[in-house]
Amino acid sequence: MATTVFIPTPLRPFTDQQATVQVAGASVGEVLQNLVTVHAELRNHLFTADGKLRSFVNVYLNDEDIRYLNKEQTPVGATDTMSIVPSVAGGSGEVRS
Amino acid sequence: MTELNSDEVRRYSRHLIMPEVGVEGQRKLKDARVLCVGAGGLGSPAALYLAAAGVGTLGLCDFDAVDFSNLQRQVLFSTDDVGRPKLRAASDRLKGLNPNIRIIGHETMLTSANALDIFKDYDIIVDGADNFPTRYLVNDACVLLGKPNVYGSIFRFDGQVSIFATKGGPCYRCLYPEPPPPGLVPSCAEGGVLGVLPGIIGTIQAAEAIKLILKIGESMVGRLLLFDALQMKFRMLKLQRDKACPVCGDSPTVTKLIDYEQFCGITPAVKAADQGKVSADQEMSVSDLKARLDQHNVFLLDVREPREWEISRIEGATLIPLGELPKRLSELPDPTSGLEIVVQCKTGIRSAKAVNLLREKGYTRVKNLRGGIMEWIQRIDPSLHSY
Repeated sequence: MATTVFIPTPLRPFTDQQATVQVAGASVGEVLQNLVTVHAELRNHLFTADGKLRSFVNVYLNDEDIRYLNKEQTPVGATDTMSIVPSVAGGSGEVRS
Repeated sequence: MTELNSDEVRRYSRHLIMPEVGVEGQRKLKDARVLCVGAGGLGSPAALYLAAAGVGTLGLCDFDAVDFSNLQRQVLFSTDDVGRPKLRAASDRLKGLNPNIRIIGHETMLTSANALDIFKDYDIIVDGADNFPTRYLVNDACVLLGKPNVYGSIFRFDGQVSIFATKGGPCYRCLYPEPPPPGLVPSCAEGGVLGVLPGIIGTIQAAEAIKLILKIGESMVGRLLLFDALQMKFRMLKLQRDKACPVCGDSPTVTKLIDYEQFCGITPAVKAADQGKVSADQEMSVSDLKARLDQHNVFLLDVREPREWEISRIEGATLIPLGELPKRLSELPDPTSGLEIVVQCKTGIRSAKAVNLLREKGYTRVKNLRGGIMEWIQRIDPSLHSY
């Protein structure tokens, strides 16, 4: 069973520019682990060195923030989708350097 | 409420015939006071539509001058405005669009010292800032003053919109309790942005501000809109107020504005590198580089992006974009070879980061080209394209 994970543009360089990837796993945590196993460069962007999800990366199951579900233990079903929602600050997109 | 004059009745007729706006709604708009933080990509369309819609008092907070590279998306400005202070150019444009409204310019950098004072005279804040410290500053000031923050943010092809800091609703910190460490998330400066993207996102912000003023429809409080221009997909996620939020939670610990640069991990060293500063002995001038290139005893490393390289490049340079540098060190001369590396970007800011990175990796003979390729074009080779 594979879940669709939406990848935001800042992280697409690490998924061969794919906007969505299909990842297996029975829980949110399993899907994320399998995701960073297949796309190893994502690991540093999603997890801290001791394996915790970074606080500025939000993970949603369908339209719900997993922090208000059962966090990484939240079960994932066949029709569910997951989204990674990183913080972006851009307002003017100024090329300054 | 203030009456509409005859010019306003003609001007707003398409609003006045709508039951959801009508004369009463239009008068609400006329009495409303909205502040746009940032007169850039997001602030441009937001301010234009708010002015056109008849928002009676429109504030703009920005301190930049109009640059050629702004025109690709900052539709408030025209080619003739390049070099003018943004607020003066914006004020002319907005007054030309709608002489019935009051434009107030705050030509200053928004800081913890002035934010509350600037915000207090407005009903709604439209956040179109371009950096994390200002995002957190705007959020906290809005929470402390109880003013809605119509938030929009963009990067490359992605946009986000929500409304924060309404009574009982979530704030930006509920969504993102902490900022990313500097350098981990690419900035628009490194990643670029599709010119029409802020047009879409800024216009949505204007729509949400107008809905808040008119008290119509379903606002975006408690919802986060994600927009992906490449897939042309809008998705809506739920947001909740975090009871433990340090600013808007049940027992807030942040009760006054803080040092947001420090909060975002922007130390003096990071700031210096961000502004393209390395110590003077780690810099090289363009004329010195010219002499060294003529003698063939230097390795010139260009850390810009391939698209920029296509526009113009210094003969003899090697391209490794800054983001790829850590994993492509093997393409550089060995640190023990004694060959000096000079790093160059557009204006010297990214290359300063690269110099610091290379020094951390043990490269001792590495210098930053002061002023980047822009200065090279100006002083050494005007036949190259500047951009």
